Amino acid sequence: MKFGVIVFPGSNCDQDCFYVARDVLKQPVEYIWHKSADLNGFDCLILPGGFSYGDYLRCGAIARFSPVMNSVIKFAESGRLVIGICNGFQILLEAGLLPGAMLRNKNLHFICKHVFVKLENSSTPFTHLGSQGEVLRIPIAHNEGNYYIDRAGLKELQDNRQIVFRYCGPQGQASEEFCPNGAVDNIAGIINKQGNVLGMMPHPERCAELALGSVDGKFIFESMVNRFIVGTGLKPVPTDR
Amino acid sequence: MTAVKNYEALGLTDAEYQHILGILKREPTPTELAMFSVEWSEHCGYTHSKKLLQALPKKGKYKALIGEDSGGIVVGGLAIVFKMESHNHPSQVEPKQGAATGVGGIIRDIFTAGARPIALLDSLRFGELKHPYNRYLLRGVVDGIQFYGNCVGVPTVGGEIYFDQSYNGNCLVNAMCIGICPKDKLARARATGVGNSIMYVGSTTGRDGIGGCSILASQEFKECQDKRPTVQIGDPFTEKCLIEATLEALETGHIAGIKDMGAAGLTCATVEMAAAGNSGVEIELQAVPRREENMAPWEVMMSESQERMLVCVKKGNEKFVRDIFVKWGLNASVIGKVTDDGIVRVRDKGELVVEVSAQALTRAPLYDVPFKKPEYLSHVRKLDLRSIKQPRDYNRALLKLLGSVSIASKEWVYRQYDHMVQANTMVLPGSDAAVIRLRDVNKAIAATCDCNSLYCYLNPLVGAQIAVAEAARNLACSGATPAAVTDCLDFGNPKKPDRFWQFKKSVEGISRSCRFFNIPVVSGNVSFYNESPKGSIYPTPGIGMIGIIDDPEKICTQYFKNQGEVVILLGPAGRELGGSRYLQEIHKLVKGDAPQLKLPLEKAVQKTALEAIRKGLASSAHDCSEGGLAVCLAESCISGKDNMIGAVIDDAPLGVRLDAGLFGETQSRIIISCPKSSAAKIKAIAQKFKAPFKVIGVTGGAALKISHKGKEIINADLEKLSQEWRGALEKHIQG
Repeated sequence: MKFGVIVFPGSNCDQDCFYVARDVLKQPVEYIWHKSADLNGFDCLILPGGFSYGDYLRCGAIARFSPVMNSVIKFAESGRLVIGICNGFQILLEAGLLPGAMLRNKNLHFICKHVFVKLENSSTPFTHLGSQGEVLRIPIAHNEGNYYIDRAGLKELQDNRQIVFRYCGPQGQASEEFCPNGAVDNIAGIINKQGNVLGMMPHPERCAELALGSVDGKFIFESMVNRFIVGTGLKPVPTDR
Repeated sequence: MTAVKNYEALGLTDAEYQHILGILKREPTPTELAMFSVEWSEHCGYTHSKKLLQALPKKGKYKALIGEDSGGIVVGGLAIVFKMESHNHPSQVEPKQGAATGVGGIIRDIFTAGARPIALLDSLRFGELKHPYNRYLLRGVVDGIQFYGNCVGVPTVGGEIYFDQSYNGNCLVNAMCIGICPKDKLARARATGVGNSIMYVGSTTGRDGIGGCSILASQEFKECQDKRPTVQIGDPFTEKCLIEATLEALETGHIAGIKDMGAAGLTCATVEMAAAGNSGVEIELQAVPRREENMAPWEVMMSESQERMLVCVKKGNEKFVRDIFVKWGLNASVIGKVTDDGIVRVRDKGELVVEVSAQALTRAPLYDVPFKKPEYLSHVRKLDLRSIKQPRDYNRALLKLLGSVSIASKEWVYRQYDHMVQANTMVLPGSDAAVIRLRDVNKAIAATCDCNSLYCYLNPLVGAQIAVAEAARNLACSGATPAAVTDCLDFGNPKKPDRFWQFKKSVEGISRSCRFFNIPVVSGNVSFYNESPKGSIYPTPGIGMIGIIDDPEKICTQYFKNQGEVVILLGPAGRELGGSRYLQEIHKLVKGDAPQLKLPLEKAVQKTALEAIRKGLASSAHDCSEGGLAVCLAESCISGKDNMIGAVIDDAPLGVRLDAGLFGETQSRIIISCPKSSAAKIKAIAQKFKAPFKVIGVTGGAALKISHKGKEIINADLEKLSQEWRGALEKHIQG
């Protein structure tokens, strides 16, 4: 499965995602400069974390107008996989590929720490190697992760099972006290209706190796690779889980 | 600053001005005078400190790289370069931008060497938080560090923060950056090759930060507000692009030399690159990209606008290099060329405004400075322990210490820093040292900052030795062999003999300790004039140290891991109270001598801990420092983020005075926990190195219990200890 990691000026998790794809998952991967429009040959796009364009104006608001984004929208429409992590999630929101918006964290501070998130939908291409309801320990690092959507929008997300990750306590309690940033309904990650575009605030690439203390994020990448290989009739890769 | 002709306003003395006239054999132009003033300032020229600094050791176990903007060591073909630098006065004036540009500046010092920045640490000192301005400073500085560091994508992995009245009126913000680069790809800060182009890259030049290093950094600190215009404004987004573009450009092989424009901006970069390359440089100021109109030549030369670099490009490759910077949205403009006559020539619209020998500008006058033992020492050193009443309630004393802001958890601060970006941080903030893996060589490095300035106030020679010893101890507790030091020396006005005595003794102390441990000082920074009308800061010779971990699987953290394990004290019993947090917090006394330091004992204890960790015998290892044994044990119990584990300590050597035994800060001590089956093996290692070894208790339960000769002295619920320790800083910040 060929990954493409999109590099906006100011992206700073691009190299981490690249490393996980190449060295942890042993998959082909290339960087895609934000001015490129050609996405031929890629099976999955990663919009990495960081501060694209310094997050000036509003997170992701300028990156959304990068030349590559028109191609990303077409890529998504063709049904191929797109994952946006942190700033990448914010860009997907700004581009309208996912519903809702990001506000500043409730405490008005940048927050970097491990949190617990509950896997609410394990039947997506990004999560099918996980088990429904399992609790993951995974880092967040953001200033604007306070996800907002209006009541009607939230109902739609819920009805369509588009909420993939929710912040929770160590035993999976998805109550307000375990929401680090004030996000509506403890939302940490959502998927589009078609089920091929995922946005998440936590950083799975920072917990894909035991050396960094947790491998709870690795199955997200493995799920993508695995689904792709199943789809092409090749033998699925063995996983750690 | 309107009358540029006034050399005094620029910080030059009469004698220095006469010296300049002698060099030029004429009156200097305003631009030349400005250039002399910055090159000969303490900040760039080390005029008062250089003679002493030359005595610092330059060799160690690993090959040392010394002499460029930053120094480093070579480990398995990989150069690890690092440096710590102060940004104190700018931060005191404008904390957010002061701290942010401090971070930006030190990052540039690293990637200008061709190294990718992989970690940041910050050593901070503030006055007491009961003063609203100090709370504003703390909030602003933390905000500046997170604003810059998070965006630029370099993890802020560690550091230290202390609070003391001596920093009321003059905070310290010392930022340290570590970078890595294959040894044969290191870049040099020099202009070589006659006819090669001098290219300006990065952000535009404005009037911000003019005279920052000569005016703000090299004079005593009296009035803040009117110096605000000398503080620079940082843009981390531009810096991030500049890092990527610079590393990409260096990769092409078309670059002969490169230097960041930091202190003294274009002046420093042109003059020092020419001097280092034994060349001359000529530039045309009209080619400099600007953000403001009608800037005078001296303003362009003195500006400290951020995120700019000067590159010496091999002739014929200008377009190639320029395209890389333009791709990253940066300015790139050829402003001059390398010449062979050793002269720096600056033209403005073709008119010659500067014509000076580069060597003359870089040879700042060096001073022999008078020194004198300070008078305060005779009374602060006097400490009669008989007059110190022992606490009736040791639980309360322990809680009070854990809740004092210098000891309390710094989670409120590091929670705001991205300490995981780059996906290499193996030990996150909150242990003795941060550990970062080096994927390419399958090793890891540990890094820490240390300095107990109260010890240095009481005894700078010993205090500075302890700063080095404690840094090494922190690294040993993480499983790393101490390898190299960067020092950031923050002191008062060197023209006052008692201040200079503190400086001199501190440098001697660093030198002694480093020689003993066989650790070179590879880079550093001197910051004098840290005084406000309230007086001088405590002498603060900050030590940044890195260590090498050969097997990244064998690392250790400070918190207890399992119930039912043995707790071991490596090192002597506590017996001193001088300079302790206990005296300061409980008895409101700043008195006594610094704790004793016996270097051979220190080394024996560190070697024992290190070997125990390397052999996989130790579950945890924690350096015993501020707050003594009791605080060290409490931290071992409560600092594990997801899992707190208590301990029953019934055989600790507490000596005759319980308060000295529990809270005394006797040096050379490490608390280790290990499975029962490992204790005898660790004992054998301790015997081999002749380190004191004692099993003092066992882990387990939900409380820390300490008893002496069968009598319970401390019995504290972990939740309560944790609440106090974790909550204190935020509580005090709210005011």
